[in-house]
Amino acid sequence: MELRQKHLLGIEDLSAGEISLILETAASMKEVSSRDIKKVPTLRGKTVINLFFEPSTRTRTSFEIAGKRLSADVINISSSSSSVVKGETLEDTGKNLQAMNPDLIIIRHPNPGAPHLLARTLEASIINAGDGAHEHPTQALLDAYTMQEKMGQIEGLSVAIIGDITHSRVARSNILLLRKMGATVRVCGPRTMVPLFIEQMGVSYVPDLREAVKDVNVIMMLRIQLERQQQRLFPSIREYARYFGLTRSVLDAARNDVLIMHPGPINRGVEISPDVLDTPSTIILDQVANGVAVRMALMYLLIGR
Amino acid sequence: MTQHKIIMDRDDIDRTLNRIAHELWERNRGAEQFVFIGIRRRGVTIANRLSKKLKEFEGVSIPVGALDITLYRDDLSEIASQPVLKRTEIPWPLNGKKVYLCDDVLYTGRTVRAALDGIHDLGRPEAIRLIVLIDRGHRELPIQANYVGKHVPTTKQEQIEVMLEEDDGIDQVVLVQGV
Repeated sequence: MELRQKHLLGIEDLSAGEISLILETAASMKEVSSRDIKKVPTLRGKTVINLFFEPSTRTRTSFEIAGKRLSADVINISSSSSSVVKGETLEDTGKNLQAMNPDLIIIRHPNPGAPHLLARTLEASIINAGDGAHEHPTQALLDAYTMQEKMGQIEGLSVAIIGDITHSRVARSNILLLRKMGATVRVCGPRTMVPLFIEQMGVSYVPDLREAVKDVNVIMMLRIQLERQQQRLFPSIREYARYFGLTRSVLDAARNDVLIMHPGPINRGVEISPDVLDTPSTIILDQVANGVAVRMALMYLLIGR
Repeated sequence: MTQHKIIMDRDDIDRTLNRIAHELWERNRGAEQFVFIGIRRRGVTIANRLSKKLKEFEGVSIPVGALDITLYRDDLSEIASQPVLKRTEIPWPLNGKKVYLCDDVLYTGRTVRAALDGIHDLGRPEAIRLIVLIDRGHRELPIQANYVGKHVPTTKQEQIEVMLEEDDGIDQVVLVQGV
């Protein structure tokens, strides 16, 4: 099995076999992060550019650490400190970066399709680190890795994704991946934040939170994407938290061994109450740790030769 | 046309490993700080077998680790298909240890070079010794094995296929000619 891709633009383009290969490679990469000397020479002489047009701590740092552990040279560019503020177009920015011959460009952008534009125009490999409300493939892969690590396998798992489904690239990438790997998915959230024909993605819609968490193996909470909402979709944060926030009492309706995940950043007290965050079922920091391994695996598979 | 010639069968391999195990113990008797590290895949199998034999002959338990050298290879850009990365499992510190590095075939020496780099990232062993089942010559680096099962003179056009029961279902070493 080989990853027959030059870019990682979305989970949509990956086969189940390729996803398994990425997860298997990530398991080996995790060992590197556990050493005293957390560095291997694999990507020596390769240049990786982190091109971020949206705020990020976790994803950007994770990619940077992943690149450095593989000995690549990693350069970070954020929109606020780049020529974008002087009016340069994305394509021109890309072409200028290409002129400096990078091997991999990791891009996060508020517009869906921005990574695809770069993939069409540039020589370098492109990884999509989130494009608007479209996809965030590395998040879905690290979520899948974490589920596999905790539960043994993804096939047969039941997962509830809760929150702002419409505006969430994390939800979209996760639904695509989990369906490809044979898990069942239900989504839950205010009707205004769940797409009308969501069933066409092979998932079910459960309007009530207590119903949604019943009998599932994994609960995945999402942040409300206020920055992507064009109009008010719910009356108030307080009301949202009351109906769709994960609290101890909601958890009583779930299995005892349920795992709670969140892609971050968390709004404490909105989608998850602080007391739930501190229970052992919550594996949010495992997700972050695994993110580095999954991104190392992708870099090795995309530009390691 | 390709020709397959069996140069070692099950008994040959077993006898050879017995000999290496005895030789190793003779030269290193009582060495406390003694570990085997196999290079994935078949090097690990050989290391496991040697450890088992030493247990049988001398009643000592020598730990076995597994090293994947993929991340240290110098030929990733030259080989046709990208190797699948496997996990390195060496759960003990290597500082001050005497490492017996095991592999199936010694050829150009590049695999061993990669393994030496890998081991150095995990600690500073007191010494590293190399054990191989087959030495087929054609070194491209100044590397020699300390313990060799069998020297097999080959041409570069020939191939050596080591098959071991645990990995391949059968114990034999085959020389493939005219590939």
